[in-house]
Amino acid sequence: MTDLFELFLRSAFVDNLALAYFLGMCTFLAVSKNVKTAIGLGIAVIVVQAITVPVNQLILNLFLKEGSMFLPGYNLEFLSLICFIGVIAAMVQILEMTLDKFFPSLYNTLGIFLPLITVNCAILGGTLFMQQRDYAFVESVVFGVGGGFGWALAIIGLAGIREKLKYSDIPHGLRGLGITFIIVGLMALGFQAFLGI
Amino acid sequence: MSSKSSAKDLVLDPIFNNNPIALQILGICSALAVTTKLSTSLTMSFAVIAVTACSSAAVALIRNKIPSSIRIIVQMTIIASFVILVDQILKAFAFSLSKELSVFVGLIITNCIVMGRAEGFAMKNSVSDSFFDGIGNGLGYSIILMVVGFFRELFGSGTLFGFTVFAKQSAGGWYEPNGLMLLSPSAFFIIGIFIWVLRTWKPEQVEEA
Repeated sequence: MTDLFELFLRSAFVDNLALAYFLGMCTFLAVSKNVKTAIGLGIAVIVVQAITVPVNQLILNLFLKEGSMFLPGYNLEFLSLICFIGVIAAMVQILEMTLDKFFPSLYNTLGIFLPLITVNCAILGGTLFMQQRDYAFVESVVFGVGGGFGWALAIIGLAGIREKLKYSDIPHGLRGLGITFIIVGLMALGFQAFLGI
Repeated sequence: MSSKSSAKDLVLDPIFNNNPIALQILGICSALAVTTKLSTSLTMSFAVIAVTACSSAAVALIRNKIPSSIRIIVQMTIIASFVILVDQILKAFAFSLSKELSVFVGLIITNCIVMGRAEGFAMKNSVSDSFFDGIGNGLGYSIILMVVGFFRELFGSGTLFGFTVFAKQSAGGWYEPNGLMLLSPSAFFIIGIFIWVLRTWKPEQVEEA
C-alpha cells in the first residue's frame, strides 16, 4: 500500500509528465491562457489517462508480449506503438460518446478538449512509460491517475500565473511565448523540490 | 505560402521565419527531454526530419483518396508506421542510442509538427512540395534541438559529442559543471531566451499578449 502511495506521489510531483518529461507541451502552452479552460482540460487528461494506461497495460500483457496469454507463440511488441495510439483514439471516442449520452452537462465542459487529447503526448507518454517500467495492472492504474493529476496541477498552476501576468510589464521580445517558457522553467524547478519526499 | 513556392523556400522558410517551435508552439513535447546531450539531440533531429518528410509525402500521395471524416486516423496510422520503422532501425543499428532515447522515439507519433504538417500542408499540396515542407519543418525543429543540446551539454558536463571541451574540476581541470543544465528547467530557460533573441532580431514575430 505504501508502495502504491509512493508511486502516486512520484508520478504526480517528481516525475511530473509536463514539467520533468516535457510531455503534452503543445496543449500545455496553448490552452493555459485562463484557469477555467485549464481545469476542464486537466480533468479530461486525468480521466483519459486513468482509462488508457490500464487498458494498454492489459493489451500489452494479454496479446503483444512474448508468451502472452492469448498469443503465446508470437512476439508482437513492435506493433505496440500502433496499437496504443489506436486504443487511445478509440477510448477518447468512446468516452466522448458516453459523456454525450449520459452526462450532457459534463460533455459541454469537456467536449471540446477530448479530440485534442488524442494527440496529446502526455497520454501516449504515460502508456510508453508504463511499458518501459513494466508496471503491473494495479500499479498502472495508480500511475495513470497520478500522472494525469500531476499534469492537471501543472497546467492549472501555469494558467493562474499567466492570468496575473497580463498586468506586468515584460520586455518586448519576451512577450507571449518567451515569458511563458521562462515561467514553466521556474515551475519545473519548484516541482523538482519534491524530490526529497 | 503559394503553391508556386520553390523547394528552397519550402525548406528554408520554417527555419527562421516560421519556426514550428518558436512561432507555432508545435512539437516541443517529446523533444526536450533528449537534449541533455548533443548526440541524442542529433539522432532525434534525424528521426523527426525523416518521419515528417516521409509521412507528409505519403499523406500527399493519397490525399485525394482519404475521406475527410476519417482523415485523422489515416494520418495517424501513416505516421505511426514510419515511427515504428525509425524505431526498429535505431534498435537494429544504434542500440545504445535507442536505449537513451527510450520512449521519446515512440512519442514522435504525437509530435504536433508531424501531425500539423500532414493536416495543414500535405492534404492540400503535391507530393514533392509536401516532402520538402516536411524537411524544412523538421530542420526548423532540429535547429532548436541542437541549440538547446549544445548549451546543455557544454555547460552541464563540459563536453560536446562526448569530447571534453572544458576540463572538469573532478578530472583536474578548472570547470565546475553546472548541474542545473542537466535538469529539465534549463531547457525551458534556453528556449525562452532563444525565442527572445529570435524576436528581437525579427520584431514582426512578437505577439501582443
